[in-house]
Amino acid sequence: MVDLRRAAAIVGIHEHVTRYSPDKSELQIQGESVINALNDAGLTKDDVDGLFTASSSIRNSGMNLADYLNLYPSYVDNTTVGGGSFEFHLSHALTAIAAGRINVAVITYSSLARSGGVSVGTGGVGRFGHPVLDPSPDSFEELYGLTTVGLYAMIARRHMHLYGTTSEQLAEVSVAMRHHASMNPEALFRDPITVEDVVNSRVISDPLHLMDCCVITDGGGAVVVASPEVARNCRHTPVWVLGAGEAIAHQGAGKRDLIYIAAHQSSPRAFEMAGVTHDDIDMAMVYDSFTITVVETLEDLGFCKKGEGGEFVSGGRLQVGGALPINTDGGGLSSNHPGMRGIFLLLEATRQLRHQFDGTGRQVPDCKIALAHGTGGALGSRHSGGTVILARD
Amino acid sequence: MTTTWNKPLPSIAGETKPFWDSCRRGQLVIQYCEDCDEYQWYPRGICADCWGENVRWVQSSGRGTVWTYTVTQQNRTTGFAEMVPYVLALVELEEGVRMFTNIVECNPRDVHIGMAVEVTFQTATPQITIPYFKPAG
Repeated sequence: MVDLRRAAAIVGIHEHVTRYSPDKSELQIQGESVINALNDAGLTKDDVDGLFTASSSIRNSGMNLADYLNLYPSYVDNTTVGGGSFEFHLSHALTAIAAGRINVAVITYSSLARSGGVSVGTGGVGRFGHPVLDPSPDSFEELYGLTTVGLYAMIARRHMHLYGTTSEQLAEVSVAMRHHASMNPEALFRDPITVEDVVNSRVISDPLHLMDCCVITDGGGAVVVASPEVARNCRHTPVWVLGAGEAIAHQGAGKRDLIYIAAHQSSPRAFEMAGVTHDDIDMAMVYDSFTITVVETLEDLGFCKKGEGGEFVSGGRLQVGGALPINTDGGGLSSNHPGMRGIFLLLEATRQLRHQFDGTGRQVPDCKIALAHGTGGALGSRHSGGTVILARD
Repeated sequence: MTTTWNKPLPSIAGETKPFWDSCRRGQLVIQYCEDCDEYQWYPRGICADCWGENVRWVQSSGRGTVWTYTVTQQNRTTGFAEMVPYVLALVELEEGVRMFTNIVECNPRDVHIGMAVEVTFQTATPQITIPYFKPAG
């Protein structure tokens, strides 16, 4: 394969910090995010030639966003594979830039999941937004009351059965995320919590409790990705893309062992491309839709063996200063989760690699290489996994 | 039997019609590929393994075990909102394929991974009969 390391860099970012925004449209949030991210990079509207977006609510999201922004991009990608879509976008932007098709790509997302009252995790069929089931696979699944949280809970139950993982170990993930959120002034929930708080919260879908589940917020953001020539003249130190891996996991005609998730396929691809090892990773942004998502993802990314994730996440090891700091913004479990969260993984990884929090407890000391892994869809049926590895000079 | 079915109903395509026709007769059928000797679930018009066309319908034993499950306490969808707590499960049939279902006719607290179960049917409408699983007799 062509060496794609450092063929593109994240040069501009913006997080729309709103957690509740009933007065703004999703396109306005994206527009404001794109403008601010370009300002952050020191670039302008005229520099943008690639447009990347995903949405579960905006029809024809690529076309409608280009129309709203009055942009005429030469490269458009609205790959929508759930919450991890934006790691796929970065992977695709890397390839397009390396091939010389474009020089500056914008990735953006927004959602009004909270002000719109969307039951993201427990909406059942309502999560599709349409009442008629497709002949397959819906018609062999939705008759039985699937929910998103239920599909993750089934994998949590199986994990507990096979490996002895406990609710208390899962709760450790929530506790670590809340600790990080306490240092993020924009986080939705900032008061410290304990393992007991999590395991005593009400059960949503056994064995997952309310506090094993991510929050539901509004929000959005944008990422600007550029060629090396452009990146070297931007305002911030470039955050280079070292590697990217994509994968889909599904039921495999009824025979796949879904205890192994898409990260199991995408992670080796990203590490091989990047030419780094797990010991080189200073911090990770791991999609935390639910606590079990983090345990499963860390295992299948290869940070520990399958079945050892419960132990790996315990004892503060995920906090800054621990063995592998993850989700230093507080994650989806405490900070924000507007329907899809993958773009925020790229934003926080970039902030860490820029050393934006130097002098505070949120900064991972001397952060040089970060990994982000987005999961979209549901562990128990089918989902996407996008792994990216990022580095500063 | 049931006059007002308020849960979602399947849509039926040509490739899945034999399955739903069999359910109406109280038979659980799955597909088997003559070319690569593989069972598959869910039903489809091709073999998902070798992409061949020689898939045929075979009757499943209707017996299997619970591969995993969850006791659902919250679902906003009409039909399920009134039903909580209910058991959503993946059942592994004796033929080796796993399918989504509900475990019915038992206390949700009694369900466990590895539990032996067998198929049972509920009539949703005159056209649609839906397979579920219950503890093996």
